[in-house]
Parts: sequence; C-alpha cells; structure tokens
Amino acid sequence: MPRLAVTRGPLGVEPLVALLEGEAQARGEGCGAVCTFVGVVRASHAGRRVRHLEYEAYEPLALKAFARIEAEIGGEWPKALVAIHHRIGRLEVGEASVVVAAAAAHRAGAFEACRYAIERVKQIAPVWKHEFFTDGDAWVEGATAAPDDEAARREARNRACA
Amino acid sequence: MRVRVQLFARLRELAGLSECECEVPAGASVEAVWQALCGRHAALAPFSRSVSCAVNDDFATMSAAVREGDAIAFLPPVSGGARGDE
Repeated sequence: MPRLAVTRGPLGVEPLVALLEGEAQARGEGCGAVCTFVGVVRASHAGRRVRHLEYEAYEPLALKAFARIEAEIGGEWPKALVAIHHRIGRLEVGEASVVVAAAAAHRAGAFEACRYAIERVKQIAPVWKHEFFTDGDAWVEGATAAPDDEAARREARNRACA
Repeated sequence: MRVRVQLFARLRELAGLSECECEVPAGASVEAVWQALCGRHAALAPFSRSVSCAVNDDFATMSAAVREGDAIAFLPPVSGGARGDE
C-alpha cells in the first residue's frame, strides 16, 4: 500500500498505522508515537441537512500535493513519517473522507506532523467537495491552491505547533 | 499553437466540458489560455481572480509560458479551508 493515495474505496485507520509502523521498523528505529486524523462527512452544513457528498480530485496533482506535504514534513520533523489517503466519489454521512497518519519518535512530533499534514491538505490538495442537501446542492470552495504561498505554510505550522 | 485544457469541479460544470483544445499565440501564458477560454465560456470569468492552474500535471502560475501540446488544468478554489471547515 502506498503512503500517499487517492482512492474510491472506504478508508481505514489501522492499515495506515500498520504501514508506518512497518516502515519505521524497517528503518531500524521504530517509532514511539503514531497520531491519526480522520475527516468524516458531517450531517449538516450551514444549517442545511446533507444527504450525501461527492468528492472529486485532480488525481495526479493531488498525489504531487501530498508528496510536497510529505517533503515539507521531512524538513520540519526530520524523522517523522506521514501517510495521507483521500477518498473520492460518493460518500455518505458518517463516512471517512480523508485519513492522515504520522509517526515519530515522540508524541509531540507525531501530533504536530499529523496536524500540519491535514492543514496543508486542506490548503493545497486539488480536491473538491460537492454537497447534496435535502433542498439542493453546492460546491464547497475555500482556498485558492497556492503551494508556494509561504504565509499559508506558516499558518499551517502555527496551527500544528500551537 | 494548440494546447489541451482540463477543467475540474465547478469550472467543468459551468463550461459544460471537462476537456477541450485552445488555440493561442506562440509564447502565450497560462493567463492567455484562461482568457481565451473565458471568451468561449463567459460563465468562467467570475473565477478569474480565484482560479489556480497546473501545467502537465504540475502546479504552475498563471504567468507561466505554455508550449505547443501542453496540458493546462484550471482549478477552482479547493474545498479545504472553506468557512466552517476547520
């Protein structure tokens, strides 16, 4: 299983944790901490009831965005390992849309790298959410993807290390 | 010269197509491709300030020069970071 993926199937936390633990062991160091984040489809948005979502990604670029995030984490937390899997296609309320796992020698690094990864995914990954409500539908549009924007990177780092 | 254009999410819906070809002068920028596209699909124009782009599956800037046969992708703002999404 790759550390970075865009996939149509259901996501799980355990496979990513096992993957990182295996890789940390293979490096001969192991890891003292693994932190995970799971993004879950909410039942409502801005007061409207969500029936289901559809996620769309520009897959080759999303994988490059994930690789960029992985490289950034390598610069900030040199011994940390990260895995990012994003689901696309139709998702029901309560299903996981994204799973991030980060492994490090100690819990501080694992928490920070995990938070940094999801913040950066939200900022730069070319992934779009189309929400279908009981009374209509809407695309969710937030940030203009700008991977070289230093201010955005700093904000992600600040959130991760708060 | 001709370039290939890919559109995603709401841009794809507004233009009613996910891929097309665009004819632009040699040495044109990504921005010029976008303007040519907006000329054909006026519904895209409101995204001129928020659109981002990729060239040949790599992040690029709107000022980047394009070459014959390049694949130019236009991306509406991504869903992360939307209000209420923290």
